[in-house]
Amino acid sequence: MEHIIKNGFVYDPLNEVDGEKMDICIKDGKIVDSVSADANVIDATGKIVMPGGVDPHAHVAGAKVNVGRMYRPEDSKKDVEAAATGGRAGSGFSVPSTFMTGQRYAQMGYTTVMEAAMPPLLARHTHEEFHDTPIIDHAAFPLFGNNWFVMEYLKEGDVDGCAAYASWLLKATKGYTIKIVNPGGTEAWAWGGNVHGIHDPSPYFDIEAAEIIKGLAQVNEMLGLPHPIHLHCNDLGHPGNYETTLASFDVPKGIKVNAKTGSRDAVLYATHVQFHSYGGTSWRDVVSEAPTIANYVNKNDHIVMDIGQVTLDETTTMTADGPMEFDLHSLNGLKWANCDVELETGSGVVPFIYAARAPVPALQWAVGMELFLLTEDAKKVCLTTDSPNAGPFTRYPRVISWLMSNRARTDLMEGELHKWAQRKSSIATIDREYSFLEIAQVTRATPAKVLGLSDTKGHLGAGADADVAIYNFNPEIQNPSADYRALEAAFQHASLVLKDGIPVVKEGVVVNPTLRGRTYWVDTMLDETVYNEVVADVEKQFKQFYSVNFANYPVQDSYLPHSTPVKGVIQ
Amino acid sequence: MELVKNVVCPFCGTLCDDIICKVENDEIVGTINACRIGHSKFVHAEGAMRWKKPQIRDENGELVETTYDDAIEKAAQVLAASKRPLMYGWSCTECEAQAVGVDLAEQTKAIVDNTASVCHGPSVLALQDVGYPICTFGEVKNRADVVVYWGCNPMHAHPRHLSRHVFARGFFRERGRSDRTLIVVDPRESDSSKLADIHLQVGYNQDYELLDAMRAAMMGHEILYDEVAGIPREEIMEAVEALKNAQFGILFFGMGITHSRGKHRNIDTAIMMVQDLNNFAKFTLIPMRGHYNVTGFNQVATWESGYPYCIDFATGIPRYNPGETGANDVLQNKETDAMMVIASDPGAHFPQKSLRRMAEIPVIAIEPHRTPTTELADIILPPAIVGMETDGTAYRMEGVPIRMRKVVDSDLLSDREILQRLLKRVMEIKTASK
Ligand code: SF4
Ligand SMILES: [Zn+2]
Repeated sequence: MEHIIKNGFVYDPLNEVDGEKMDICIKDGKIVDSVSADANVIDATGKIVMPGGVDPHAHVAGAKVNVGRMYRPEDSKKDVEAAATGGRAGSGFSVPSTFMTGQRYAQMGYTTVMEAAMPPLLARHTHEEFHDTPIIDHAAFPLFGNNWFVMEYLKEGDVDGCAAYASWLLKATKGYTIKIVNPGGTEAWAWGGNVHGIHDPSPYFDIEAAEIIKGLAQVNEMLGLPHPIHLHCNDLGHPGNYETTLASFDVPKGIKVNAKTGSRDAVLYATHVQFHSYGGTSWRDVVSEAPTIANYVNKNDHIVMDIGQVTLDETTTMTADGPMEFDLHSLNGLKWANCDVELETGSGVVPFIYAARAPVPALQWAVGMELFLLTEDAKKVCLTTDSPNAGPFTRYPRVISWLMSNRARTDLMEGELHKWAQRKSSIATIDREYSFLEIAQVTRATPAKVLGLSDTKGHLGAGADADVAIYNFNPEIQNPSADYRALEAAFQHASLVLKDGIPVVKEGVVVNPTLRGRTYWVDTMLDETVYNEVVADVEKQFKQFYSVNFANYPVQDSYLPHSTPVKGVIQ
Repeated sequence: MELVKNVVCPFCGTLCDDIICKVENDEIVGTINACRIGHSKFVHAEGAMRWKKPQIRDENGELVETTYDDAIEKAAQVLAASKRPLMYGWSCTECEAQAVGVDLAEQTKAIVDNTASVCHGPSVLALQDVGYPICTFGEVKNRADVVVYWGCNPMHAHPRHLSRHVFARGFFRERGRSDRTLIVVDPRESDSSKLADIHLQVGYNQDYELLDAMRAAMMGHEILYDEVAGIPREEIMEAVEALKNAQFGILFFGMGITHSRGKHRNIDTAIMMVQDLNNFAKFTLIPMRGHYNVTGFNQVATWESGYPYCIDFATGIPRYNPGETGANDVLQNKETDAMMVIASDPGAHFPQKSLRRMAEIPVIAIEPHRTPTTELADIILPPAIVGMETDGTAYRMEGVPIRMRKVVDSDLLSDREILQRLLKRVMEIKTASK
């Protein structure tokens, strides 16, 4: 099947196309240079054309996501949807059911989404949910930062052993990257504690966050993984935490990029940095330190970050940062779910109401905006809400409108937003507005590149997957800054979305809800001898300390009907 | 004789995955590691009669053997014609079959409900009220120094639960049982309470009072009575101190507390007690789920619809209102006009009033054995047994997903295949009648 998308304003940063009117040709699910005269013509006159959106960090599938759904019927009830033709019904505002999740991403023109936290022991659950999540390509990030084997190997200085273990775990869980959450802190939480800063050793294992981050960053590059270490720093959400954040950013600096797939420049991916950019010593004297963080990012090239923008909604927080969620529950008194996972990790879930009229959420909103607007190069920034932590992914269009319209921000600040936003941050003094090219950068190009997927994702050059989003907004006659509501509406319901060349959304309505996306995972093997020794050792430990048998642990191939391995180092 | 290792036991929510099956001539003749109830499931020792062919009840009320094609056709006709079908059970089958089931329910605008409705339903309501702080079994084995079983008798209902997680040695509990304080709360003397260091013999239906007193004491208030819920103040204080001083504590709770007076309010309070305890100690909980994959259905239904059980698709969108949309509600209110039962035995466990309605309406049973439910059924579709004759996913009581293995062959269709064929046929009938 051939298509030609004619006359749209194309924004494709990876190919340096900035709003030019040009045709996009598609053949057999791929972007090509030209098509025959028989190609189906799609008229995009007066519309914006972008590559399919790429979300590098969201919580959409797996154990804690499902706890978020199960224990909040009040959230499900708030937002229900009947089935699209041929599709399935669903419910959930902040944590939509799987069918709704895939469909709502597609409606916004997103075609690739990363599940940001997968407890290895529960990996099968994440993959089962992927199976029921339509349209979007996806991958999951297994958690490494509090894993006993990782901590033991690194403590002993055995980076080779740790690398072998990591490659085994990626294979066994069909995972995509090395995810680190509150390194050492979640293990401490298994005893009811936490660690503070990067030099506070974890109980028993006696290893500092700095050592875990550094060791895993080395492992990441030894294995040639497509994505750098994906770090959720220590001290999330604590006033004064920006110092920990800066110190953490410095840890992997100097390590050389060695990605076997893709073309990333960073050795560190820092996630939801908004939650890590606070000054002061308490919630009374808290201030924004976003300018300091943005300044660091401006001066350093080894890092890419996503923001975790607060959207001012009632939502459901969920993270592998177990102690943080208990603190949050103690603070807001809302119901607390938790799941500690043997030898590996933990997690917590707590509802949260980011009321615009409340001081702290207003400041958090401002911190996120400052990070977006003070980081000069959009090549270092990804747009996220750490969905659903700072707000649900369905609010991305609103975040886009805030970024492109100083008027939108001012209207909010002059309106119901609590004055802390202006008083404790510099947001009111910033008038920068993102261009469409920069929006395409932070929602497509940057995430695709830093994920190591930019051969096929995040751009519209020949060879890319034919994932294309067309939006009903005419940059020649409409002004996004003035007409920010129309902008938000256009990005909420795309005019047309193609996934691998197949129409999945037309005029905002899902038309192909039975389509299923690829599951990316990383296949890597550094040294077979070390690998075999390590696996034998892991098997021995399993017998004693795990509650499942070694043979029943790896995710069977049958769970990945659209398995798409991505290569790291293979020797 | 062949030994098949790492087999997962399809009986209780402990979901032991270390079973070795002895197989001879494609038949399981023995097991290693299984407890007696797991063993008897594997070797079909329960004496239950197994359906070898689908059955349809004739006009004289006699069951007549038939083909899958015929039985599925008749079942599909029943479901397509029903105005308010009920699809109930699901707890002894695997997740893919459950997923097809939720789809079938949605397409037929049915009510879909699982056995949680009559066992840990109150726990679900409670976790929706106040939260759900849990951990996986390995955490208990490796860390727990205080273990509480409340309202359950694992030695009988989950025979290997204690040996695998409490008696076993763990990383930080090298001596196993002797490194742990075991507390059992149960009105009865049981084989489990005999093993306990502290047995709180709570009065019948007085769990709430006891929990409340314990929480008050934890928060530093004095217990004003000499005795609460039949237990002397000193004993309560001793237990409270043990809980507060835990390094890692775990509360396992069962039907004895979910179904005593107060129901989900008991669990509300129990969960809040665990949350309170986290201000002193590390403390978590795990509900003692009975059927091996009751948890799996709650997971599947939740990710597909947003709700764990009692889901009503009548209006084309999922609705959830336990008390109105539960299996017993729609049976007793005579709302439902056709019922499909799968992987459970309401015939043996539902109240009389519900059974009376079941006797009035067409009942389809997807069930391997002759049971009280099949006595009421008009159409019986026997499946291959998951975990022995076919594979699939199950979720352990605390949510760890494990792949059930196929050990021997069977001529019978799996639950999944039966449901897929039913779904296909129902859709055809519905499209044709449009
Ligand atoms: S304890 Fe339960 S799962 Fe384990 S063998 Fe016995 S019946 Fe089977
Ligand atoms: Zn996250």
